[in-house]
Amino acid sequence: MDFSLSEEQQMLKDSAAKWVKKECQFEQRRKIMHTKEGYSDAQWKQFAELGWLCVPFSEQYGGIGGSMVDVMVLLEELGKGLMVEPWLSTVILGGRLVELQGSEQQKQEILPSLCEGGIKMALAYNEIGARQQVENIAMTGELSGDDYVLNGKKTVVLSAEAADQLLVVARTSGKPGDSAGLTVFVVDPSQQGVTLSGYPTMDGYRAADIEFDQVRVPPSAILGQTHTAYESLEQVLMEAIITVGADAVGTMELLYQTTVEYSKTRKQFGTPIGKFQVLQHRMVDMFMHYEQSKSVLLMAVLHYVEGFDEVNKSISGLKVQIGKAGRKIGQEAVQLHGGMGMTDELDVGYYFKRLTCIDALFGNVDHHLSKYAEMV
Amino acid sequence: MDLSIGTEYEAFREEVRSFIRGNLTDDIREAGRLATSVFAEPSRAIAWQKILHKQGWAAPHWPEQYGGTGWDIVQRSIFSEECLKANAPPLIPMSLLMCGPCIIGYGTDEQKAEYLPRILSGEDFWCQGYSEPGAGSDLASLQTFAESDGDDYVVNGTKIWTTYAQYSNKMFCLVRTSREGKPQQGITFLLLDMDTPGITVEPIIGIDQVHEQNTVFFDNVRVPKANRIGKENDGWTVAKYLLMFERGGQEYAPSLYFQLANIKKLAEGVIVGGETLWDNGFFKRKYCEIEIEISGLAFTENRIKSALGNGQNPGPEASMTKILGTEISQRVTELAIEAVGEYGVPLQVDAIEPGSSIDGVGPKEAMAIMPKYLNTRATSIYGGSNEVQRGIIAKAVLGL
Ligand SMILES: Cc1cc2nc3c(=O)[nH]c(=O)nc-3n(C[C@H](O)[C@H](O)[C@H](O)COP(=O)(O)OP(=O)(O)OC[C@H]3O[C@@H](n4cnc5c(N)ncnc54)[C@H](O)[C@@H]3O)c2cc1C
Ligand SMILES: Cc1cc2nc3c(=O)[nH]c(=O)nc-3n(C[C@H](O)[C@H](O)[C@H](O)COP(=O)(O)OP(=O)(O)OC[C@H]3O[C@@H](n4cnc5c(N)ncnc54)[C@H](O)[C@@H]3O)c2cc1C
Repeated sequence: MDFSLSEEQQMLKDSAAKWVKKECQFEQRRKIMHTKEGYSDAQWKQFAELGWLCVPFSEQYGGIGGSMVDVMVLLEELGKGLMVEPWLSTVILGGRLVELQGSEQQKQEILPSLCEGGIKMALAYNEIGARQQVENIAMTGELSGDDYVLNGKKTVVLSAEAADQLLVVARTSGKPGDSAGLTVFVVDPSQQGVTLSGYPTMDGYRAADIEFDQVRVPPSAILGQTHTAYESLEQVLMEAIITVGADAVGTMELLYQTTVEYSKTRKQFGTPIGKFQVLQHRMVDMFMHYEQSKSVLLMAVLHYVEGFDEVNKSISGLKVQIGKAGRKIGQEAVQLHGGMGMTDELDVGYYFKRLTCIDALFGNVDHHLSKYAEMV
Repeated sequence: MDLSIGTEYEAFREEVRSFIRGNLTDDIREAGRLATSVFAEPSRAIAWQKILHKQGWAAPHWPEQYGGTGWDIVQRSIFSEECLKANAPPLIPMSLLMCGPCIIGYGTDEQKAEYLPRILSGEDFWCQGYSEPGAGSDLASLQTFAESDGDDYVVNGTKIWTTYAQYSNKMFCLVRTSREGKPQQGITFLLLDMDTPGITVEPIIGIDQVHEQNTVFFDNVRVPKANRIGKENDGWTVAKYLLMFERGGQEYAPSLYFQLANIKKLAEGVIVGGETLWDNGFFKRKYCEIEIEISGLAFTENRIKSALGNGQNPGPEASMTKILGTEISQRVTELAIEAVGEYGVPLQVDAIEPGSSIDGVGPKEAMAIMPKYLNTRATSIYGGSNEVQRGIIAKAVLGL
């Protein structure tokens, strides 16, 4: 057993940490969040130059042949920078779905350009009532002549406005509840019949609701094969959970450290509040929740990359752990900052909101506990 | 021992209900429904207060001679319960719950005559100027100084976290008038006009992107000594009396029951994979656990009420209900964000403004849920943090 990082991984970590220090001052981040795009194109270019867009892809498609371990290393650091760039949607939800589900030609067309920062993507899968469960998807893609006609509504699609291409999951056969019959279509968001209504999210990202009204696409828009997307989608969602898990663990580390630092400088009753034993113990618990989360993350990632039998269980376990620990650490960070923790002026509130939103995405604690319970 | 509240109250309940039905407009009701904190949208909260005032019901907890209703404790509970059920917005607490009782307790006859009617009518809007950048939990270390100058004080310093200062025409505040002795001994309680020259109000934007709090700067602000409540250097006595009302003056359980019931409605409407969220065992278990805690709190509150009788001052027990009430309410909001799932994620402050024409994302009843969760984190910080409250119980009740 050896959990040490390889030389390349250490470099990846260091470069991300350095970038976060240099480019992610909170004031600057907050400004970027409040722009119309919600992220900075200049920084996206830096992501490409630093090689962060190509981490999980195989070399033949312009990637570096990295694994989810590398993704974890990168995202733990970027999480500390309160990332708002469409990394998750482009690289994991978009690019990885292309790599897993796309035809050879589609991979060649999309992935090298994605790695260079050319193409940004978003995955439109969730629907009202689907609660982020792929099999509940009801949107239809009906064959009409040679083409398919898409009808339906997607909700809370992450980073949709930034995307040059949408991956849209629709039902080409079967009914909601069936895992078979799902097809992914590559759709140009500016195409007729696509209406995208964007909005900011609580934690500084942007998302959108998207309506598809008689959107006609050719068969070439089908990502890979018809009816068979379920498994690739499930796998990509596992990778998404690892990604937000790493983001969350980075965020938790930063939050407990920020709180400890604050408690050393904030004085009340003539003494730094960090001297009060009740608060010390609470910070110790924050620290331990972070450590536990880091461990569960590591376990889940290693089970995933090593193709462990019970990987589903570990991934659900990870989502439960970061949901619970993230809530605890976020709430305590706010509480221990007093009134300051409740303002838009400190980064603490934003990290707290990030952790809260992470729990709401890709199935929350209860959802994954239920899944876990079925596997024990 | 007797649990029944007696049939004689049925008529009263009906009277309250029919009044609310006839007078609470949809517009005002919306402010109650969409309120994400204990501070409802002020113009509608004041509009509701004015309607109640016409009926003589604006301040049921005040002594009758000053405009109270003369209701007993049960009637007061019935009244708040019916208001809650009808989604009436909570009245702005700074005037009616905090400043008013203080003036009643410690003001002169002239002060009572001058201020109380205008508090009841909603003509005056008060804010609370206690906290300072360096004086939060350690309130007694406050430094805003009032220098005596003839018939006036000249005030210099900074107040922070002042909720709704931007809407207020009056502030009640604590200032330092002496640096001698224990810090508590040199504090004075003052009332002032917010339009006095030298006062500047700057917004603090909250974690939910809403502007509720402010920083208030005082630069040589002249305040007549006639505006002092109580004696010079004796403001701490007044402040403590008021804090007790802030902490214990309210009952938490009825509102918690109401909020929890709303979550049940929400969960019944959420269908995941053919099953409603309400049927999900993991969800329901938490719901039940919270309901049991609320029932405990309800009876703790009843025990306190029954022991205190009418109009008395709540003691350190107030700290206990404050801790329990706020922490349970935080758990209620946690359950609520779990119920709305990803619909908590969109940021839509504009859509939840009462009267807003923006459609917003997701079901209407889900929109205020996340902001409410975020905002409710403040309840364990303000009014004396829950750590400080536990400290009070340790000392005053357990004798540690
Ligand atoms: C089953 C058992 C087996 C044991 N075996 C051995 C043995 O083989 N050899 C041996 O030498 N001893 C042994 N002990 C004794 C054990 O080490 C002591 O019980 C322990 O050190 C606590 O001391 P105490 O019992 O005097 O409790 P105290 O020290 O009086 O503590 C009482 C409570 O106060 C808390 N407390 C104390 N100081 C602080 C502080 N600074 N901050 C916060 N909280 C504090 C404690 O956590 C505890 O909850 C054993 C005890 C038990 C119960
Ligand atoms: C939404 C909101 C509205 C508010 N409205 C008003 C208002 O209208 N008027 C007004 O005057 N004030 C208002 N306040 C201020 C509020 O009263 C203070 O925030 C509160 O007193 C805490 O002070 P602080 O923020 O400086 O935190 P600090 O006192 O710095 O506390 C930071 C942390 O240390 C803990 N701590 C401090 N001392 C101890 C101790 N001895 N033992 C253990 N733990 C300790 C606290 O519990 C907290 O967790 C408001 C605050 C909020 C958040």
